[in-house]
Amino acid sequence: MGQQITSDLAANVWKVLVSTGDSVAAGDTLVILESMKMEIPVEAETSGVVTALPVSEGDVLDEGDLIAEIS
Amino acid sequence: MMESLLVANRGEIARRIIRTARRLGLRTIAVYSDADADLPFVREADEAVELGPAAPAESYRNAEKVLAAARRTGAEAVHPGYGFLSENAGFARAVQEAGLVWVGPAPDVIELMGDKINARNAVAAAGVPVAPGTPEPVAGEAAALEAAAAIGYPLMVKAAAGGGGMGMAVAHDEDDLRKQYAAVSGFAERLFGDPAILLERYYAGARHVEVQILGLADGAVIALGERNCSVQRRNQKLVEESPSPCLDPDLREQMLTAAVQVGKAVGYRNAGTVECLVYGEPGAQGFVFLEMNTRLQVEHPVTEAVWGVDLVEEQLRVAAGEPPSMDLTTLRPRGHAIEFRVNAEDPVRFLPGPGTINAWNEPSGDGIRVDSAYGQGNRVTPAYDSLMAKLVVHAGTREDALARARDALATFTIAGPKQNLPFFTELLDEPEFADGSYSTALVARMRATPRKGS
Repeated sequence: MGQQITSDLAANVWKVLVSTGDSVAAGDTLVILESMKMEIPVEAETSGVVTALPVSEGDVLDEGDLIAEIS
Repeated sequence: MMESLLVANRGEIARRIIRTARRLGLRTIAVYSDADADLPFVREADEAVELGPAAPAESYRNAEKVLAAARRTGAEAVHPGYGFLSENAGFARAVQEAGLVWVGPAPDVIELMGDKINARNAVAAAGVPVAPGTPEPVAGEAAALEAAAAIGYPLMVKAAAGGGGMGMAVAHDEDDLRKQYAAVSGFAERLFGDPAILLERYYAGARHVEVQILGLADGAVIALGERNCSVQRRNQKLVEESPSPCLDPDLREQMLTAAVQVGKAVGYRNAGTVECLVYGEPGAQGFVFLEMNTRLQVEHPVTEAVWGVDLVEEQLRVAAGEPPSMDLTTLRPRGHAIEFRVNAEDPVRFLPGPGTINAWNEPSGDGIRVDSAYGQGNRVTPAYDSLMAKLVVHAGTREDALARARDALATFTIAGPKQNLPFFTELLDEPEFADGSYSTALVARMRATPRKGS
């Protein structure tokens, strides 16, 4: 089980910038959410490989929904 | 003066424009999306036309639908407010071509000042300082390093296609620039599909100060003081005040003169704002032009409070080809005003939080103005920005305005959505805000410091 990144708020998925299997560094932007005309970048907290990415552009997320897993 | 006005906007600014238009005897027409059907601005207009679904592209940003509403209701003029279609030159042209009065500057001027490079050149030609930088995207890392040597460090590495504060990083030296160039360019390509990079001088600890100008019907351009908008999160303003504390009086004069020069150079009519960065500390300050906003600003009420004018009335008069309501050249600023943007967002991380308003009690009294979008029972939807209301306080001195703000904030109650009122109370206790010495770095610094009790 790697690092699980979840949504802090109800939002739309505006852009997905990585794919499953990508190597990412801490601080890299994985996904950009949009809510109330505000774009909210979601960053990797640790370096690793994206092992799960259950979101697509246009998805509507609730607070707590899984965005990505990094192992 | 025209007899009817369509307000091509929503929420607090639609309400505020309707208020002045009604006072002047104009028939007011609101347009609204189905998400906004129950909001006060729809009720307060003489007529209201539903545009369609909540998505801005299908309602407030849809020029054809807005124009059709104007034609259907016999509106003589269109006021665009801010955001949406307000700086859309094509829409301004379409309004004029339909034989209606556009309450704003000429479409060509909107176009000119909306293009970063052309605006910068026009302003420089008017003798106003601009930040050193690359007017065109740099062609690769080697060209970036060469340009940086001429501009000097630190500098801002910006995605040419960027916006909303994304795709920007500061580089302090050559190694840093190599790293940030690759990072910002890669990010911009993934996000915007365009890796082009611009470089600009970065001014650490700068203050965001803007000048309100008004181009009158007879061609005169006047400045109505300045506003300090340095309390920002994610490059978006939260608090604005006028006059600006910690601004050298001679620099203020230079900035007002420069803003008028810019207005005259482009033949500006109507209300506009010249945004600048002020760098350096009092006694050794300078300024550079940032951009021009060719519309009414969110923070216009602080100027109205200090100068005793109704900017929307003056906008309507200019658009109608009439002289101003009074001799504006003899006006002098009076006292100090501060505006707080009350947003549906949490006060710690500033993440938006829509919801239904279960309780809404706004402060009132001498020197207190609240321009609100909502009332009790309304739902703040995720479809639009998070601004719920603007609290504006005015008093004889900054110290008294701060005291008035403290009292007003203590009596402002909103229940339901998340709201940032507690942040403003915290801000009033910040020594840098209290003494007026703060820069645009203030909010980030506040949030980087562990707070009491956390």
